[in-house]
Amino acid sequence: MRILIVGGGMGGTILANNLARRLKNELKTGKVKITMLSASDKHMYQPGLLYVALGRMATDELYRDQASLLEPGIEFQVDPVEEFHLDKNQVKTKGGKTHSYDLIAIATGSRPVPEAIPGFAENSINCYTEAAALKFHKTISEFKGGRVVIAVGVPHKCPMIPPEVTFTLYDYFKDRGMLDKVSFHYTYPIGRLHSLEPVSNWMKGEFAARNITTETLFNIKEIDGAKKVIRSEEGSEAKFDLLVAVPAHKGMEVIEKNNLGKGGWIPVDKLRLTIEGRTNAFALGDTTNIPISKAGSTAHFEAEALAENLASIVKIGSPVRDYDGKVFCFIEAGKDRATYAMFNYNNPPDPKPPTKSIHWFKMAYNQLYWASARGLL
Amino acid sequence: MAQKKVIDARGTFCPGPLMELIANIKLVNVGDELEVLSTDQGSQSDIPEWVNKVGHQMVSTTEQNGVWHIVVRKAK
Repeated sequence: MRILIVGGGMGGTILANNLARRLKNELKTGKVKITMLSASDKHMYQPGLLYVALGRMATDELYRDQASLLEPGIEFQVDPVEEFHLDKNQVKTKGGKTHSYDLIAIATGSRPVPEAIPGFAENSINCYTEAAALKFHKTISEFKGGRVVIAVGVPHKCPMIPPEVTFTLYDYFKDRGMLDKVSFHYTYPIGRLHSLEPVSNWMKGEFAARNITTETLFNIKEIDGAKKVIRSEEGSEAKFDLLVAVPAHKGMEVIEKNNLGKGGWIPVDKLRLTIEGRTNAFALGDTTNIPISKAGSTAHFEAEALAENLASIVKIGSPVRDYDGKVFCFIEAGKDRATYAMFNYNNPPDPKPPTKSIHWFKMAYNQLYWASARGLL
Repeated sequence: MAQKKVIDARGTFCPGPLMELIANIKLVNVGDELEVLSTDQGSQSDIPEWVNKVGHQMVSTTEQNGVWHIVVRKAK
Protein backbone atom coordinates (compact mmCIF):
# COMPACT_ATOMS: atom_id res chain seq x y z
CA MET A 1 0.00 0.00 0.00
CA ARG A 2 1.36 3.40 -0.97
CA ILE A 3 0.81 6.22 1.53
CA LEU A 4 1.60 9.75 0.34
CA ILE A 5 2.02 12.65 2.77
CA VAL A 6 2.06 16.09 1.19
CA GLY A 7 3.69 18.68 3.43
CA GLY A 8 6.58 18.47 5.89
CA GLY A 9 5.39 20.79 8.64
CA MET A 10 4.34 19.73 12.10
CA GLY A 11 1.21 17.81 11.02
CA GLY A 12 2.83 15.96 8.13
CA THR A 13 5.98 15.12 10.09
CA ILE A 14 4.23 13.77 13.20
CA LEU A 15 1.86 11.81 10.97
CA ALA A 16 4.72 10.27 8.97
CA ASN A 17 6.77 9.30 12.04
CA ASN A 18 3.85 7.98 14.06
CA LEU A 19 2.68 5.98 11.05
CA ALA A 20 6.15 4.61 10.32
CA ARG A 21 6.45 3.26 13.86
CA ARG A 22 2.98 1.71 13.74
CA LEU A 23 3.80 0.12 10.37
CA LYS A 24 7.41 -0.81 11.11
CA ASN A 25 6.96 -4.44 10.05
CA GLU A 26 4.96 -3.56 6.93
CA LEU A 27 7.65 -1.07 5.90
CA LYS A 28 10.37 -3.70 6.38
CA THR A 29 8.59 -6.28 4.26
CA GLY A 30 7.68 -3.76 1.56
CA LYS A 31 3.96 -4.21 2.10
CA VAL A 32 3.74 -0.47 2.80
CA LYS A 33 5.58 2.51 1.36
CA ILE A 34 5.44 5.96 2.97
CA THR A 35 6.49 8.94 0.89
CA MET A 36 6.64 12.56 2.02
CA LEU A 37 6.76 15.42 -0.48
CA SER A 38 7.71 18.83 0.89
CA ALA A 39 8.56 22.26 -0.43
CA SER A 40 11.63 22.57 1.82
CA ASP A 41 14.51 20.50 3.16
CA LYS A 42 14.25 22.49 6.42
CA HIS A 43 11.70 22.21 9.21
CA MET A 44 10.88 25.41 11.12
CA TYR A 45 9.67 25.58 14.72
CA GLN A 46 7.16 28.33 14.07
CA PRO A 47 6.27 29.15 17.71
CA GLY A 48 9.91 30.20 18.13
CA LEU A 49 9.28 33.24 15.96
CA LEU A 50 7.71 35.09 18.92
CA TYR A 51 11.00 34.72 20.79
CA VAL A 52 13.02 35.82 17.75
CA ALA A 53 10.80 38.92 17.60
CA LEU A 54 11.61 39.66 21.25
CA GLY A 55 15.34 39.02 20.80
CA ARG A 56 15.27 35.91 22.97
CA MET A 57 16.01 33.27 20.32
CA ALA A 58 18.39 33.22 17.36
CA THR A 59 16.98 32.37 13.96
CA ASP A 60 19.20 29.31 13.52
CA GLU A 61 17.56 27.76 16.59
CA LEU A 62 14.29 27.59 14.62
CA TYR A 63 15.46 25.03 12.09
CA ARG A 64 16.41 21.37 11.70
CA ASP A 65 17.04 19.38 8.55
CA GLN A 66 13.71 17.75 7.73
CA ALA A 67 15.37 14.45 6.77
CA SER A 68 16.96 14.24 10.23
CA LEU A 69 13.51 14.29 11.87
CA LEU A 70 12.05 11.40 9.91
CA GLU A 71 11.95 7.73 10.88
CA PRO A 72 14.06 5.40 8.73
CA GLY A 73 11.95 3.93 5.98
CA ILE A 74 10.12 7.14 5.10
CA GLU A 75 11.00 8.25 1.60
CA PHE A 76 11.47 12.03 1.70
CA GLN A 77 11.61 14.21 -1.40
CA VAL A 78 11.94 17.99 -1.65
CA ASP A 79 9.59 18.38 -4.56
CA PRO A 80 6.33 20.21 -3.86
CA VAL A 81 3.07 19.02 -5.36
CA GLU A 82 1.62 21.28 -8.04
CA GLU A 83 -1.30 19.19 -9.25
CA PHE A 84 -3.67 17.03 -7.26
CA HIS A 85 -5.63 14.45 -9.30
CA LEU A 86 -7.65 12.88 -6.52
CA ASP A 87 -9.94 11.06 -8.97
CA LYS A 88 -6.90 9.24 -10.36
CA ASN A 89 -5.13 8.83 -6.99
CA GLN A 90 -2.18 10.76 -8.36
CA VAL A 91 -0.26 13.98 -7.79
CA LYS A 92 2.21 15.74 -10.05
CA THR A 93 5.16 17.63 -8.60
CA LYS A 94 7.06 20.76 -9.52
CA GLY A 95 9.90 18.48 -10.63
CA GLY A 96 7.57 16.81 -13.12
CA LYS A 97 7.20 13.49 -11.30
CA THR A 98 3.87 11.70 -10.97
CA HIS A 99 3.20 9.89 -7.69
CA SER A 100 0.40 7.37 -7.42
CA TYR A 101 -1.01 6.47 -4.02
CA ASP A 102 -3.57 4.37 -2.21
CA LEU A 103 -3.92 6.80 0.72
CA ILE A 104 -3.05 10.51 0.73
CA ALA A 105 -2.80 13.03 3.59
CA ILE A 106 -2.52 16.71 2.73
CA ALA A 107 -0.81 18.94 5.31
CA THR A 108 0.34 21.94 3.33
CA GLY A 109 -0.44 24.49 6.07
CA SER A 110 -1.34 28.14 5.81
CA ARG A 111 0.33 31.43 4.95
CA PRO A 112 -0.02 35.02 6.13
CA VAL A 113 -1.45 37.39 3.53
CA PRO A 114 -0.53 40.90 4.68
CA GLU A 115 -0.97 42.08 1.08
CA ALA A 116 -4.75 41.64 1.48
CA ILE A 117 -4.97 44.88 3.49
CA PRO A 118 -3.81 48.22 2.03
CA GLY A 119 -0.84 49.58 3.99
CA PHE A 120 -0.47 46.50 6.17
CA ALA A 121 3.01 45.29 5.26
CA GLU A 122 4.63 48.73 5.25
CA ASN A 123 3.16 50.09 8.47
CA SER A 124 2.93 47.24 10.93
CA ILE A 125 5.02 44.50 12.52
CA ASN A 126 4.23 40.85 13.20
CA CYS A 127 6.02 37.59 13.99
CA TYR A 128 4.66 35.16 11.39
CA THR A 129 7.76 34.73 9.23
CA GLU A 130 11.49 34.86 9.96
CA ALA A 131 11.85 38.16 8.09
CA ALA A 132 8.83 39.62 9.88
CA ALA A 133 10.14 38.54 13.29
CA LEU A 134 13.53 40.17 12.61
CA LYS A 135 11.80 43.37 11.48
CA PHE A 136 9.68 43.20 14.65
CA HIS A 137 12.78 43.04 16.84
CA LYS A 138 14.57 45.84 15.01
CA THR A 139 11.48 48.05 15.25
CA ILE A 140 10.85 47.56 18.97
CA SER A 141 14.52 47.95 19.82
CA GLU A 142 14.52 51.36 18.09
CA PHE A 143 11.11 52.45 19.42
CA LYS A 144 11.36 55.58 21.57
CA GLY A 145 7.85 55.50 23.01
CA GLY A 146 4.27 56.27 22.12
CA ARG A 147 1.02 54.43 21.57
CA VAL A 148 1.28 50.72 20.74
CA VAL A 149 -1.83 49.37 19.00
CA ILE A 150 -2.49 45.65 18.58
CA ALA A 151 -4.84 44.62 15.75
CA VAL A 152 -5.87 41.18 14.53
CA GLY A 153 -6.68 39.87 11.04
CA VAL A 154 -9.11 36.99 10.41
CA PRO A 155 -8.55 34.10 10.13
CA HIS A 156 -5.14 33.81 11.73
CA LYS A 157 -2.78 31.07 12.84
CA CYS A 158 -2.04 30.66 16.55
CA PRO A 159 -4.94 32.32 18.36
CA MET A 160 -2.79 32.97 21.43
CA ILE A 161 -0.47 35.36 19.62
CA PRO A 162 -2.62 38.49 20.22
CA PRO A 163 -2.52 38.19 24.03
CA GLU A 164 1.01 36.77 24.06
CA VAL A 165 2.50 39.53 21.96
CA THR A 166 0.75 42.12 24.12
CA PHE A 167 1.94 40.71 27.45
CA THR A 168 5.49 39.99 26.31
CA LEU A 169 5.91 43.35 24.59
CA TYR A 170 4.63 45.07 27.73
CA ASP A 171 7.34 43.34 29.75
CA TYR A 172 9.93 44.13 27.06
CA PHE A 173 9.30 47.86 27.43
CA LYS A 174 9.01 47.51 31.21
CA ASP A 175 12.48 45.96 31.36
CA ARG A 176 13.82 48.85 29.31
CA GLY A 177 12.28 51.33 31.78
CA MET A 178 9.98 52.77 29.13
CA LEU A 179 6.51 52.19 30.57
CA ASP A 180 6.14 55.90 31.36
CA LYS A 181 6.58 56.57 27.63
CA VAL A 182 4.51 53.68 26.24
CA SER A 183 0.77 52.98 26.27
CA PHE A 184 -1.04 49.93 24.90
CA HIS A 185 -4.34 49.73 23.03
CA TYR A 186 -5.60 46.22 22.17
CA THR A 187 -8.23 45.62 19.50
CA TYR A 188 -9.95 42.35 18.62
CA PRO A 189 -12.32 41.26 15.82
CA ILE A 190 -15.18 39.86 17.91
CA GLY A 191 -17.09 41.20 20.90
CA ARG A 192 -14.59 40.15 23.56
CA LEU A 193 -10.82 40.10 24.05
CA HIS A 194 -10.28 36.53 22.86
CA SER A 195 -12.16 33.80 21.01
CA LEU A 196 -12.13 31.66 24.13
CA GLU A 197 -14.43 33.30 26.65
CA PRO A 198 -12.54 32.06 29.75
CA VAL A 199 -9.30 33.40 28.26
CA SER A 200 -11.02 36.69 27.48
CA ASN A 201 -12.30 36.98 31.05
CA TRP A 202 -8.81 36.29 32.40
CA MET A 203 -7.30 38.89 30.04
CA LYS A 204 -9.66 41.60 31.30
CA GLY A 205 -8.10 41.57 34.73
CA GLU A 206 -4.55 41.32 33.41
CA PHE A 207 -5.12 44.25 31.03
CA ALA A 208 -6.74 46.38 33.75
CA ALA A 209 -3.68 45.86 35.96
CA ARG A 210 -1.48 47.16 33.14
CA ASN A 211 -3.76 50.05 32.05
CA ILE A 212 -4.14 48.46 28.61
CA THR A 213 -7.16 49.95 26.85
CA THR A 214 -9.30 47.83 24.54
CA GLU A 215 -11.72 48.00 21.63
CA THR A 216 -13.67 44.97 20.42
CA LEU A 217 -15.52 44.37 17.12
CA PHE A 218 -12.50 45.84 15.32
CA ASN A 219 -11.68 44.19 11.97
CA ILE A 220 -8.81 45.68 10.03
CA LYS A 221 -9.92 47.54 6.89
CA GLU A 222 -6.93 49.70 6.01
CA ILE A 223 -3.81 51.24 7.48
CA ASP A 224 -2.86 54.83 6.69
CA GLY A 225 0.88 55.07 7.24
CA ALA A 226 1.07 58.81 6.61
CA LYS A 227 -1.49 59.60 9.32
CA LYS A 228 -0.49 56.61 11.47
CA VAL A 229 -4.08 55.48 11.71
CA ILE A 230 -5.65 52.03 11.43
CA ARG A 231 -9.29 51.91 10.36
CA SER A 232 -11.78 49.14 10.99
CA GLU A 233 -14.53 47.58 8.88
CA GLU A 234 -16.87 48.65 11.66
CA GLY A 235 -16.13 52.35 11.03
CA SER A 236 -13.78 53.22 13.90
CA GLU A 237 -10.11 54.11 13.84
CA ALA A 238 -7.13 54.03 16.16
CA LYS A 239 -4.03 56.22 16.06
CA PHE A 240 -0.74 54.47 16.62
CA ASP A 241 2.97 55.11 16.96
CA LEU A 242 3.73 51.40 16.72
CA LEU A 243 1.29 48.98 15.12
CA VAL A 244 1.51 45.27 15.91
CA ALA A 245 -0.88 43.61 13.50
CA VAL A 246 -1.60 39.90 13.13
CA PRO A 247 -2.00 39.24 9.40
CA ALA A 248 -4.99 37.34 8.09
CA HIS A 249 -4.12 33.89 6.74
CA LYS A 250 -5.09 31.75 3.79
CA GLY A 251 -4.39 28.16 2.89
CA MET A 252 -1.67 27.47 0.34
CA GLU A 253 -2.12 28.60 -3.25
CA VAL A 254 -1.75 25.06 -4.58
CA ILE A 255 -4.95 24.08 -2.73
CA GLU A 256 -6.92 26.91 -4.31
CA LYS A 257 -5.42 26.33 -7.77
CA ASN A 258 -6.52 22.69 -7.65
CA ASN A 259 -10.03 23.65 -6.51
CA LEU A 260 -9.68 21.66 -3.32
CA GLY A 261 -11.14 24.40 -1.13
CA LYS A 262 -12.02 28.09 -1.07
CA GLY A 263 -9.39 30.22 0.58
CA GLY A 264 -7.04 27.24 0.44
CA TRP A 265 -8.95 25.44 3.22
CA ILE A 266 -9.95 21.86 2.37
CA PRO A 267 -13.40 20.73 3.60
CA VAL A 268 -13.00 17.64 5.78
CA ASP A 269 -15.02 15.59 8.22
CA LYS A 270 -14.09 17.04 11.62
CA LEU A 271 -13.91 13.61 13.30
CA ARG A 272 -12.21 11.43 10.66
CA LEU A 273 -10.35 14.17 8.71
CA THR A 274 -11.54 12.62 5.44
CA ILE A 275 -11.75 15.08 2.56
CA GLU A 276 -15.41 15.61 1.61
CA GLY A 277 -16.50 13.14 -1.05
CA ARG A 278 -13.39 10.95 -0.64
CA THR A 279 -12.59 7.79 1.26
CA ASN A 280 -8.83 7.57 0.75
CA ALA A 281 -7.86 11.25 0.97
CA PHE A 282 -7.34 13.16 4.22
CA ALA A 283 -6.23 16.60 5.33
CA LEU A 284 -4.92 17.86 8.65
CA GLY A 285 -3.50 20.90 10.42
CA ASP A 286 -4.08 24.42 9.16
CA THR A 287 -5.05 22.97 5.77
CA THR A 288 -8.56 21.95 6.83
CA ASN A 289 -11.70 24.06 7.02
CA ILE A 290 -12.63 22.66 10.46
CA PRO A 291 -13.78 25.58 12.64
CA ILE A 292 -11.03 25.00 15.15
CA SER A 293 -7.80 26.77 16.15
CA LYS A 294 -5.15 26.89 13.45
CA ALA A 295 -2.29 25.89 15.71
CA GLY A 296 0.60 23.48 15.94
CA SER A 297 -1.08 21.50 18.69
CA THR A 298 -4.19 21.03 16.55
CA ALA A 299 -2.00 19.55 13.80
CA HIS A 300 -0.18 17.45 16.40
CA PHE A 301 -3.29 15.82 17.88
CA GLU A 302 -4.96 15.42 14.49
CA ALA A 303 -1.80 13.71 13.21
CA GLU A 304 -1.82 11.23 16.10
CA ALA A 305 -5.47 10.30 15.43
CA LEU A 306 -4.95 10.10 11.68
CA ALA A 307 -1.80 7.97 12.03
CA GLU A 308 -3.71 5.47 14.13
CA ASN A 309 -6.50 5.39 11.56
CA LEU A 310 -4.25 5.04 8.52
CA ALA A 311 -2.33 2.25 10.23
CA SER A 312 -5.66 0.57 11.00
CA ILE A 313 -6.78 0.89 7.42
CA VAL A 314 -3.58 -0.93 6.41
CA LYS A 315 -3.89 -3.60 9.10
CA ILE A 316 -7.64 -4.24 9.39
CA GLY A 317 -9.18 -2.29 6.54
CA SER A 318 -10.95 0.46 8.48
CA PRO A 319 -10.24 3.40 10.79
CA VAL A 320 -10.70 2.97 14.53
CA ARG A 321 -11.01 6.36 16.20
CA ASP A 322 -12.20 9.93 15.92
CA TYR A 323 -10.23 13.12 16.39
CA ASP A 324 -11.88 14.65 19.45
CA GLY A 325 -10.96 18.26 18.71
CA LYS A 326 -8.13 18.35 21.26
CA VAL A 327 -6.07 21.54 21.32
CA PHE A 328 -3.43 22.59 23.87
CA CYS A 329 -2.03 26.10 23.72
CA PHE A 330 0.50 27.69 26.02
CA ILE A 331 -0.19 31.37 26.74
CA GLU A 332 2.84 33.48 27.63
CA ALA A 333 1.54 36.07 30.09
CA GLY A 334 4.73 38.10 30.11
CA LYS A 335 8.46 37.47 30.10
CA ASP A 336 8.40 34.91 32.91
CA ARG A 337 4.84 33.72 33.56
CA ALA A 338 2.54 31.58 31.47
CA THR A 339 -0.68 29.64 31.55
CA TYR A 340 -2.39 27.36 29.04
CA ALA A 341 -5.72 26.54 27.43
CA MET A 342 -6.68 22.93 26.76
CA PHE A 343 -10.01 22.03 25.19
CA ASN A 344 -11.75 19.76 22.71
CA TYR A 345 -15.05 19.62 20.85
CA ASN A 346 -16.97 18.92 24.06
CA ASN A 347 -15.06 20.61 26.85
CA PRO A 348 -14.20 24.32 27.01
CA PRO A 349 -10.85 25.48 28.43
CA ASP A 350 -10.40 26.55 32.01
CA PRO A 351 -7.20 28.60 32.11
CA LYS A 352 -5.51 28.86 35.50
CA PRO A 353 -3.62 31.87 36.85
CA PRO A 354 -0.21 32.12 35.14
CA THR A 355 2.84 30.75 36.91
CA LYS A 356 6.58 30.79 36.43
CA SER A 357 6.66 27.00 36.27
CA ILE A 358 4.37 26.89 33.22
CA HIS A 359 6.54 29.52 31.56
CA TRP A 360 9.62 27.39 32.16
CA PHE A 361 7.80 24.36 30.85
CA LYS A 362 7.09 26.34 27.69
CA MET A 363 10.80 27.18 27.49
CA ALA A 364 11.57 23.47 27.82
CA TYR A 365 8.96 22.63 25.19
CA ASN A 366 10.75 24.95 22.77
CA GLN A 367 13.50 22.29 22.82
CA LEU A 368 11.24 19.28 23.35
CA TYR A 369 9.40 20.23 20.15
CA TRP A 370 11.94 18.28 18.14
CA ALA A 371 10.91 15.14 20.04
CA SER A 372 7.29 16.01 19.25
CA ALA A 373 8.06 16.34 15.56
CA ARG A 374 9.69 12.92 15.67
CA GLY A 375 6.42 11.63 17.08
CA LEU A 376 7.97 10.77 20.46
CA LEU A 377 6.12 13.25 22.70
CA MET B 1 -27.08 33.18 -8.63
CA ALA B 2 -26.78 33.71 -4.87
CA GLN B 3 -25.41 30.75 -2.92
CA LYS B 4 -25.99 29.61 0.64
CA LYS B 5 -23.18 28.12 2.69
CA VAL B 6 -23.48 26.44 6.07
CA ILE B 7 -20.82 27.03 8.72
CA ASP B 8 -21.12 24.24 11.25
CA ALA B 9 -19.55 25.79 14.35
CA ARG B 10 -21.46 23.62 16.81
CA GLY B 11 -19.37 22.68 19.82
CA THR B 12 -16.34 24.69 18.78
CA PHE B 13 -14.76 27.11 21.20
CA CYS B 14 -11.90 28.63 19.23
CA PRO B 15 -12.02 30.57 16.96
CA GLY B 16 -15.77 30.34 17.57
CA PRO B 17 -18.89 31.04 15.52
CA LEU B 18 -18.51 34.80 14.99
CA MET B 19 -14.82 34.55 14.01
CA GLU B 20 -15.74 31.74 11.59
CA LEU B 21 -18.43 33.96 10.08
CA ILE B 22 -15.95 36.84 9.67
CA ALA B 23 -13.45 34.51 7.98
CA ASN B 24 -16.01 32.87 5.69
CA ILE B 25 -17.81 36.03 4.62
CA LYS B 26 -14.58 37.09 2.91
CA LEU B 27 -14.80 33.99 0.69
CA VAL B 28 -18.34 34.45 -0.68
CA ASN B 29 -19.92 36.88 -3.12
CA VAL B 30 -22.15 39.85 -2.33
CA GLY B 31 -25.71 38.55 -2.06
CA ASP B 32 -24.65 35.08 -0.86
CA GLU B 33 -25.99 33.82 2.44
CA LEU B 34 -24.15 32.13 5.27
CA GLU B 35 -25.95 30.01 7.85
CA VAL B 36 -24.03 29.71 11.09
CA LEU B 37 -24.87 26.72 13.30
CA SER B 38 -23.86 27.47 16.86
CA THR B 39 -24.34 25.92 20.27
CA ASP B 40 -22.96 29.08 21.88
CA GLN B 41 -25.84 31.02 23.44
CA GLY B 42 -23.89 34.25 22.90
CA SER B 43 -24.07 33.86 19.11
CA GLN B 44 -27.71 35.04 19.03
CA SER B 45 -26.56 38.47 20.19
CA ASP B 46 -22.93 38.90 19.12
CA ILE B 47 -23.43 37.84 15.49
CA PRO B 48 -26.32 40.31 14.84
CA GLU B 49 -24.36 43.05 16.64
CA TRP B 50 -21.37 42.57 14.36
CA VAL B 51 -23.47 42.13 11.20
CA ASN B 52 -25.37 45.35 11.84
CA LYS B 53 -22.25 47.29 12.80
CA VAL B 54 -20.30 46.30 9.70
CA GLY B 55 -23.22 46.68 7.29
CA HIS B 56 -24.24 43.16 6.23
CA GLN B 57 -27.82 41.89 6.56
CA MET B 58 -29.43 39.62 9.13
CA VAL B 59 -31.85 37.22 7.45
CA SER B 60 -33.07 35.07 10.35
CA THR B 61 -32.24 33.73 13.79
CA THR B 62 -33.88 30.54 15.02
CA GLU B 63 -33.16 27.98 17.72
CA GLN B 64 -33.80 24.27 17.29
CA ASN B 65 -32.92 21.74 19.97
CA GLY B 66 -30.20 23.89 21.46
CA VAL B 67 -28.64 24.84 18.13
CA TRP B 68 -28.82 28.42 16.87
CA HIS B 69 -29.32 28.82 13.12
CA ILE B 70 -28.25 32.33 12.19
CA VAL B 71 -28.53 33.34 8.55
CA VAL B 72 -26.57 36.34 7.28
CA ARG B 73 -26.48 37.90 3.80
CA LYS B 74 -23.26 39.49 2.56
CA ALA B 75 -24.26 43.03 1.59
CA LYS B 76 -21.03 44.64 0.44
